[in-house]
Amino acid sequence: MTKEDIIKPENLVYQKPRLLNDNPMHYCPGCSHGVVHKLVAEVIEEMGMTEKAIGISPVGCAVFMYNYLDIDCQEAAHGRAPALAGAIKRLWPDRLVFTYQGDGDLACIGTAETIHSLNRGDNITIIFINNAIYGMTGGQMAPTTLVGMKTATCPYGRDPEIHGYPMKMTEIAATLRGTCYVTRQSVHTVAAIRKAKKAIRKAFENSMQGKGSNLVEIVSTCSSGWKMTPEKANKWMEENMFPFYPLGDLKDTTVEK
Amino acid sequence: MAEEVVLMKGNEAIAHAAIRFGVDGYFGYPITPQSEVLETLAEQKPWETTGMVVLQAESEVAAINMVYGGAGSGKMVMTSSSSPGVSLKQEGISYIAGAELPCLVVNVMRGGPGLGTIQPSQADYFQATKGGGHGDYHLITLAPASVQEMADFVGLAFELAFKYRNPAMILADGVIGQMMEKVVLPEPRPRRTEEEIIKQCPWATTGCKGRKPNIITSLELDPAIMEKRNLHMQAKYEEIQAKEYRYEEIDCNDAEYLIVAFGSCARIAQKAMEHAREEGVKVGLFRPITLWPFPSKPLADRAKQVKGILVVELNSGQMIEDVQLAVKCSVPVEHFGRLGGIVPDPDEVIDALKNKLIKK
Repeated sequence: MTKEDIIKPENLVYQKPRLLNDNPMHYCPGCSHGVVHKLVAEVIEEMGMTEKAIGISPVGCAVFMYNYLDIDCQEAAHGRAPALAGAIKRLWPDRLVFTYQGDGDLACIGTAETIHSLNRGDNITIIFINNAIYGMTGGQMAPTTLVGMKTATCPYGRDPEIHGYPMKMTEIAATLRGTCYVTRQSVHTVAAIRKAKKAIRKAFENSMQGKGSNLVEIVSTCSSGWKMTPEKANKWMEENMFPFYPLGDLKDTTVEK
Repeated sequence: MAEEVVLMKGNEAIAHAAIRFGVDGYFGYPITPQSEVLETLAEQKPWETTGMVVLQAESEVAAINMVYGGAGSGKMVMTSSSSPGVSLKQEGISYIAGAELPCLVVNVMRGGPGLGTIQPSQADYFQATKGGGHGDYHLITLAPASVQEMADFVGLAFELAFKYRNPAMILADGVIGQMMEKVVLPEPRPRRTEEEIIKQCPWATTGCKGRKPNIITSLELDPAIMEKRNLHMQAKYEEIQAKEYRYEEIDCNDAEYLIVAFGSCARIAQKAMEHAREEGVKVGLFRPITLWPFPSKPLADRAKQVKGILVVELNSGQMIEDVQLAVKCSVPVEHFGRLGGIVPDPDEVIDALKNKLIKK
């Protein structure tokens, strides 16, 4: 196949989603955010919801999500994204409303907003990036930091005696009556990316069908915060994060038993 | 159609006025002495009539952030609380001010600091008028002195909030919230349609149909741009200060002494003024209706004719600072206040006037 043949539209096999603009991302090499942003952009576009999507960005690394996704966005105060999203969805029921939050934002300062929004059954989707560390502020301990894991604020490793235990918000969410679909995914392989995309699509569709609230956790790497190469971070995630944060659906009320 | 006069509490009037004014959403959390706002809305079920959303949030923090979201999407949204709850809302209020969004926050003040008391107070004057949360911003602050004004100011607050894309506050107190008076509620009007909202709020996150995406944020990392944003807000505040101050004068034309008071204190002061006049002391009442912008100019003009000013507040002396700034030491300015939830009677005000100003 010549170059001229390859660039013919009929031979197109892959393209950047239109909703993902050309702004250079501030994310570090190897970071999962870029991949998840792309999935969100693809799903919104494929659902035909571009003109009805409203995204809420958190405080944390994804604070600038609105710089990369060409949809309407609001930037919330730290941890409050579900409060904004739940209200917007009630005020604009035919809009696709989602939040995009990290573990510090969602599982620590925003615990109350997250749990109550999910339990109210707000017809929204919460995309939860769990990399077990505060990325933007420079690698401090998160509520999801694993026992023994070293961070800037637990430099000798997380010690439950001192720091308490890591929190499994997704497991908690699965126990709440208001949640429709609760799942834990990752984007470390091509197969995982495909599964994560399906999960996001399902969550978004549930929210548009008024089935309740949806939580999609993406277990992610933070090569800068973890002080590893992207490749090593992926391996470390598989070996250390997945045993504690196992992948798969935790709750799906759309499946008939 | 004849005006329908009804009897109700100030808090209830807020709720009824909100439904009638076509408010899109209320997000609140119970706290004494303002819980009747949420209770009345829950009882009225406006979601079945006007389509208004009413939601009891998990906290004041969540409630104000629901307002932040709703306001960003162009909807007419409000919350209400009382002093400790309004302290919790300050983060959200600062974000709303920083993102330049219209909304209404009602504070039915109770005594503080801390958990304080559930009795009336005006001790949140500084918090309401000088910022409250972090950063350089102001709330348009309206101080109702009657149940009628509780009803009327809902619409006024939203008109000003949307005109200037700035949060507005109704700063009431436990007396105004809890007392029952005659009130004529505003004429019902429909909520804005989706088309009307998109036309009125082209900046809002309504979904980017036929336009570039909108972003609602208070964040800007480039200090040069952030300074410009701040200067733009300051220019807006200057315009509000020039155009939107409101006040009421009662018996000021021949006054030798002036009482300056807002909210429930203005009602007490008015009775004190009437008693003083019966004794031959010519007292006038100047009542700021907007606490921010403060009616400095008309107050300074009125101060020229009087021998002294008594500022009466349910606090230890907060609005008095704005009075002093307005009159610039041209006349003696004294303060009389009761604290901790105590509401003075008119005779105490007259005694203070005599002891602090007339006998001097």
